[in-house]
Amino acid sequence: MSELVEVPLHRIAHGRAGDKGDRLNVSVIAYRAEHYPLLCEQVTAERVAELFAHRRAGKVQRYELPRLWALNFVIDDVLEGGVNDALNLDGHGKSNSFLVLSLTVRVPRVSLSGIGDGQGIPDRSDSTGIPDSYDSTDSPDTRNTRLTQKEGTDS
Amino acid sequence: MPSHGTVMVGCGAGFSGDRLDAPLPVVRSLISSGRPAAIMFETLGERTLALAQLARLENPDAGYEPLLERMLAPILEACLANGIRILGNFGAANPHAAARAIRALGQRLGCRPIRIAVVTGDDLIASGAISGLEDERGAPRSLGDVICANAYLGAAPLVEALAAGADIVVTGRVADPSLALAPFAYHHGWSLDDTALAAAGTMAGHLLECGAQVTGGYYADPGFKDVPHPDRIGFPIVAMQADGRFTVTKADDIGGLVTRHTVTEQLLYEIHDPSAYLTPDVTLDITQVELAEAGPDCVRVEGARGRQRPARLKVTVGHDAGWFGEGEISYAGPNALNRARLALDVVRKRLGSGIRMRGDLIGVASVFNDDRGEWLARRADRAGEAGGAADALAGAFAGAHDPAQLLQDVRVRIAVSAPEREVAARAPEEVLALYCSGPAGGGGVRSSLRRRISTTSGYIRRELVRPVVEILE
Repeated sequence: MSELVEVPLHRIAHGRAGDKGDRLNVSVIAYRAEHYPLLCEQVTAERVAELFAHRRAGKVQRYELPRLWALNFVIDDVLEGGVNDALNLDGHGKSNSFLVLSLTVRVPRVSLSGIGDGQGIPDRSDSTGIPDSYDSTDSPDTRNTRLTQKEGTDS
Repeated sequence: MPSHGTVMVGCGAGFSGDRLDAPLPVVRSLISSGRPAAIMFETLGERTLALAQLARLENPDAGYEPLLERMLAPILEACLANGIRILGNFGAANPHAAARAIRALGQRLGCRPIRIAVVTGDDLIASGAISGLEDERGAPRSLGDVICANAYLGAAPLVEALAAGADIVVTGRVADPSLALAPFAYHHGWSLDDTALAAAGTMAGHLLECGAQVTGGYYADPGFKDVPHPDRIGFPIVAMQADGRFTVTKADDIGGLVTRHTVTEQLLYEIHDPSAYLTPDVTLDITQVELAEAGPDCVRVEGARGRQRPARLKVTVGHDAGWFGEGEISYAGPNALNRARLALDVVRKRLGSGIRMRGDLIGVASVFNDDRGEWLARRADRAGEAGGAADALAGAFAGAHDPAQLLQDVRVRIAVSAPEREVAARAPEEVLALYCSGPAGGGGVRSSLRRRISTTSGYIRRELVRPVVEILE
């Protein structure tokens, strides 16, 4: 039994966004190997598609890279024209890595020690009371390379 | 001259506009390594090239990297004196003019005579190969409003240039990683047909090609990912062994860092399917890559796999895309948010529905916003549920410590794109007019109006593209 807390993905992972035309890729990389299975389980293509629904995102494809503790999301038709055609200030979409990192995840509290405890963002569990404790031992093993995808509902 | 030791390749620029003081520490580190070495400059984005083509049309001596002389001046003499080859796609749309500029620079600096190689053949309009342009499925592409079309060349002509004794290799559109693969292949005597070695060199090139992005640039996130001396980040250097194993490190004695995390971010940068990253040289598979921290600021990279290179080359095609106008104005202090939203509404009404426009409230919703403003509206609705007061919008911002303060400085931004200059000009015009006719207290108008070039991707069978290597003494 380990107490789980809900934290922004930003607390346990980092990432970078890159563009090719109207397609965006966002990597999500665990700081620690122990958090990689949590990413696979909780940071799904469906959740990312939902995050970009207002941009009329098309297909969202997720690639798993267990050796790098990383996921790579490829999101089609999300940049409203891309750098050459978008009206957005950030036509490349480079700031969107931090939109993905704003998703929340539930993690064992004990596993958070030493990450971002300098001047980092507050642990939201203390202020919102959202998280509950539950048994996390039934996490599926998601370490096999696997590919999930979702057709956006708005495309 | 095949080498069984280690070959060093550093990166001096990761884009057009990169830090000009970065190359010198790289060159110093390369010299002190005592190994065969080269420095690459990657300054050519898809759009940069299209803009360079336009510049060349206006002036036959322009169309290469505008900062070229300032990039090379600090290092040219040291590179020539120490046998450090320089490779760059800074020739952009006009590699010959770039070569002339380098020659003139060398004379000004009193350098020894420079052997410059110019690699061309990427410009499909100049070579006449444009008629072979295809779409993704292999159907012929209509050319319509094409301004320029450049194929991505690979490492082969660059290796040829190095073998011909070039001190400097000037190219136009070459795949970014090829700028590193070429010196690795040349110094180690690799065949580019060896897919495992081509994959290793391509992966190293991919890690190098964005300069500081692998050594702590575009990485710092205070409290989470801190970077030592981010004001002077050391640019990357790869030490490549003959068998394709390599380490990523950086220029000595200055800031930045190299860890498995900096390397992972860059490894996946602009990657789509990690098992099939296509370059002119190889199909790269990074799914089995293993990273290990081998020392301070030193990460060992192993496990890149390669398959046969694609039969077709990718082509960047530039088109005329009309005009783009922007205008911004700020509202601050009490009720700033409502005054800013009113300004947005006023401009929206005046532009009408027939114009493609977008409104952002910078400080509230901008880069995460969408063209229809749904993201902005959703936040406003949430604020309404939370109590209705305008400043309650702040409640929608998780993590803001003082949301009221956050929303006391709001910048309105209007953007319009249109085929006609006068329509795009409505954005700056209408924002400017808010000074006397808009809500109270607006200030700080800035605006811009510019032509736009869009780029699309095409493909061409590689046998239709003939790279040309010229050696200029």
